[in-house]
Amino acid sequence: MSPLDMQVEETEAARVLGICNACRYCEGFCAVFPATFRRLEFGPKDVHFLANLCHQCGACLHACQYAPPHEFSLNVPRAMARVRVKTWSEFAWPPALGRLYRRNGLVLSLALAATVAAFLALVMASSGSLWIVPDGGFYAVVSHEAMVGLFAPVFGWAVVALTIGVMRFWRSNPPGPSSAAAMREATADVLSLAYLGGGHGEGCNNSDDAFSLARRRFHHATFYGFMLCFAATSVATLYHYVGGMPAPYGFASLPKILGMSGGVLLVGGTAGLFWLNLTRDPLQGAPERKSMDLGFVALLGLTAASGLALALLGRLIALPLLLALHLGAVMALFATMPYSKFAHGVYRGAALVRWAVEKRRPNEVILADE
Amino acid sequence: MIGGGNAALCAALTAREAGARVLLLEAAPRAWRGGNSAHVRNIRCMHDAPQDVLVEAYPEEEFWQDLLKVTGGLTDETLARIAIRASATCRPWLVRHGARFQPSLTGALHTARTNAFFLGGGKAMLNAYYRSAQRLGVRVRYEAPVERIDVQNRRFVAAWVRDERFVARACVLAAGGFESNREWLREAWGRNQWGEYPGDNFLIRGTRFNTGALLAFMLDIGADRIGDPSQSHMVAIDARAPLYDGGICTRIDCVSLGVVVNRDAERFYDEGEDFWPKRYAIWGRLVAQQRGQIAHSIIDAKAVGRFMPPVFPGVRADTLAGLARELHLDEARLVATVEQFNAACRGGKFDHTVLDDCRTEGIAPSKSHWARPIDTPPFFGYTVRPGVTFTYLGLKTGEDSAVRFGGVPSDNLFVAGEMMAGNVLGMGYAAGVGMTIGTAFGRIAGARAAAAAKGGGTKKELEDVAA
Ligand SMILES: Cc1cc2nc3c(=O)[nH]c(=O)nc-3n(C[C@H](O)[C@H](O)[C@H](O)COP(=O)(O)OP(=O)(O)OC[C@H]3O[C@@H](n4cnc5c(N)ncnc54)[C@H](O)[C@@H]3O)c2cc1C
Ligand code: SF4
Ligand code: SF4
Repeated sequence: MSPLDMQVEETEAARVLGICNACRYCEGFCAVFPATFRRLEFGPKDVHFLANLCHQCGACLHACQYAPPHEFSLNVPRAMARVRVKTWSEFAWPPALGRLYRRNGLVLSLALAATVAAFLALVMASSGSLWIVPDGGFYAVVSHEAMVGLFAPVFGWAVVALTIGVMRFWRSNPPGPSSAAAMREATADVLSLAYLGGGHGEGCNNSDDAFSLARRRFHHATFYGFMLCFAATSVATLYHYVGGMPAPYGFASLPKILGMSGGVLLVGGTAGLFWLNLTRDPLQGAPERKSMDLGFVALLGLTAASGLALALLGRLIALPLLLALHLGAVMALFATMPYSKFAHGVYRGAALVRWAVEKRRPNEVILADE
Repeated sequence: MIGGGNAALCAALTAREAGARVLLLEAAPRAWRGGNSAHVRNIRCMHDAPQDVLVEAYPEEEFWQDLLKVTGGLTDETLARIAIRASATCRPWLVRHGARFQPSLTGALHTARTNAFFLGGGKAMLNAYYRSAQRLGVRVRYEAPVERIDVQNRRFVAAWVRDERFVARACVLAAGGFESNREWLREAWGRNQWGEYPGDNFLIRGTRFNTGALLAFMLDIGADRIGDPSQSHMVAIDARAPLYDGGICTRIDCVSLGVVVNRDAERFYDEGEDFWPKRYAIWGRLVAQQRGQIAHSIIDAKAVGRFMPPVFPGVRADTLAGLARELHLDEARLVATVEQFNAACRGGKFDHTVLDDCRTEGIAPSKSHWARPIDTPPFFGYTVRPGVTFTYLGLKTGEDSAVRFGGVPSDNLFVAGEMMAGNVLGMGYAAGVGMTIGTAFGRIAGARAAAAAKGGGTKKELEDVAA
């Protein structure tokens, strides 16, 4: 199956966008609508682009005069969500692994179980107990070399696989030359999650037609929390190799401060997103994707929570156990990254760049005023 | 409050803010609440200087002249001016209750000056009003159609929902027109020269719940009436549109770019008489007057991409004869009609943004602008039927928005929205005026009803609304 086939999901999205194109009431909610209105037909390339531009804020579902029970049964966020899973799985590299998206919940749990088990075995082998805190801190349990040797290749693989996937997506529908202004705008849209603002800045819909900034805030906490943790790891790596200062670091050290604040944000953010997902109007997403979303958020949350626990309690109790849990969660997260919900951010970023470029080009559809 | 659309909500919110206890009875279930208001996209507003989403100025006098023109004088200047003036100041109030506006939609830029567009359309606006109503403590009952009320000596006493009786000190009727009542449409339009009942072939663009039951009841008990039952806002819409609630997306906007033929494959009206936004609202009636209440808008490849994309793809063919077959028209006649039209096209430079000089000569009816031969395949055809937006027959009222019996206003029974829009719109229409009228008189009715319920004392609210 090539990524550019027109199948059930794409056909439904094209039907939905065709109705929106004739209606246009939602123009101000987000970028999907102005991008839709620059088109007359919705082939698979356009559908995949527009689907990844959609942030699933729900505004256009609750506002839609054609939403169920109307016979048009229009549900933009659902149609878009279904196409997105296909984008990620069909552009994924290597293609054979793209199929993992289909059974994402299962894949995540298996990966988690396997990696945690492997690390449990590893720490048991090296320290003989799950509960005793060894003198040399966690490097006494799993050596620094072993950690780097295990994680660097897996993370590298994830980055390469995701990059190839998103490049394939980008090249399937190139927008033409980009500009500094377009890049600036897209970056700002990503960093501020502009389109979780609902067009009026009051946020998106969750359980009903009321707007709230909760999702945007929790998503910010998750995103920036993740970035802080990433920064903590990077700084620690520099300390280790360049500064000649191996871990552990004290609570007032830069890696710890970054890592702890990132961990707190990430735990709070993922808990919030999890809760919002559970209380969301079931019409908003695709029901078959719920486990994928929840599973991914839970894994991210577990990674952060186990990291925090390790940092706070690891000196006192059960260091090997906490370490195994944390390393297992991180490994599962990295290993599944290119084939899990994680990918949404990367594809959405690409779609936002494409939109920022496209909107600066002349509109080919010049409608007479109706 | 009887009804659940814009007028009823404006009345309910105003009355509640004025301190009244409010119960709103809406015929529809929650999922279908809000009547035709769920389909609106904008409200026409006067303004003397640029105002948030509105550009330039649209002064009272110009608004009034526009109304005068479209209604051919069938309007009440006092009421019209009340609505116009209220439109200048209503938006902050609407925003306070959660409505959000956006700049004029692409494809509707001609209204950037006159009309403020609701972000997300009417349903988003209504959702906000219902949320605000809930916050303020307005009680709402869905699936509560009121088909009769008790009136004594011109005073409202109680409303009936099935066999439940709701007593109140004042009442606002805002239950829409009778456009969803097929029997009534049939009767209003009667039988034509071919023995058909044109009303049977109309599609209803909005809600199925505006059956006019309460309007009929009120007229029966002697409330003063306004307007003619055969007058309504009616446009030509895609014949494949659903019977109810097709809304905005089913309109066909390529009329002025091609020709329109009836089921005998003959043209029947000047397709290029004026800009489409000024003419779209006459085509429903024109089609209603054709045999079978059906017509076909035909364009060629030159027109593709120049009009708002229709919701359903057109019938497509590489030859005119082929198109005729697909549209179930007589091949020879359609080909002859188009060839005759093509041969009559004169003039120079096609420009859809001005009243250009491309017109026909020597055929009747002529096409005054944008006449270009239909000769470039593929050809497209869109079959259209009359789509009723809303009916104009209503209850007569005045500045106080009170229902009148024999010319005497009731002191606690009021009317707003479509149910009285005919006071201002005797015929014709200007985009966004339905909301202008419903919002102004909804708020006046709400303030009056609150005052009546409390025995006077809300002069300030009244002044605010009428300001
Ligand atoms: C497709 C479409 C697009 C439109 N676009 C615009 C636009 O852009 N701008 C504009 O100004 N106007 C527009 N209009 C016209 C506009 O909808 C009306 O003028 C306006 O909404 C009337 O408001 P209303 O509250 O009087 O009636 P409605 O909104 O129709 O509300 C009537 C309410 O009464 C309820 N009801 C009916 N019978 C009973 C009963 N017996 N008991 C209890 N409740 C009852 C209905 O369920 C409904 O909730 C449009 C209309 C349509 C159909
Ligand atoms: S989601 Fe519904 S209301 Fe919004 S533009 Fe599409 S069809 Fe119109
Ligand atoms: S769900 Fe939100 S982001 Fe997605 S198309 Fe609708 S309004 Fe836009």
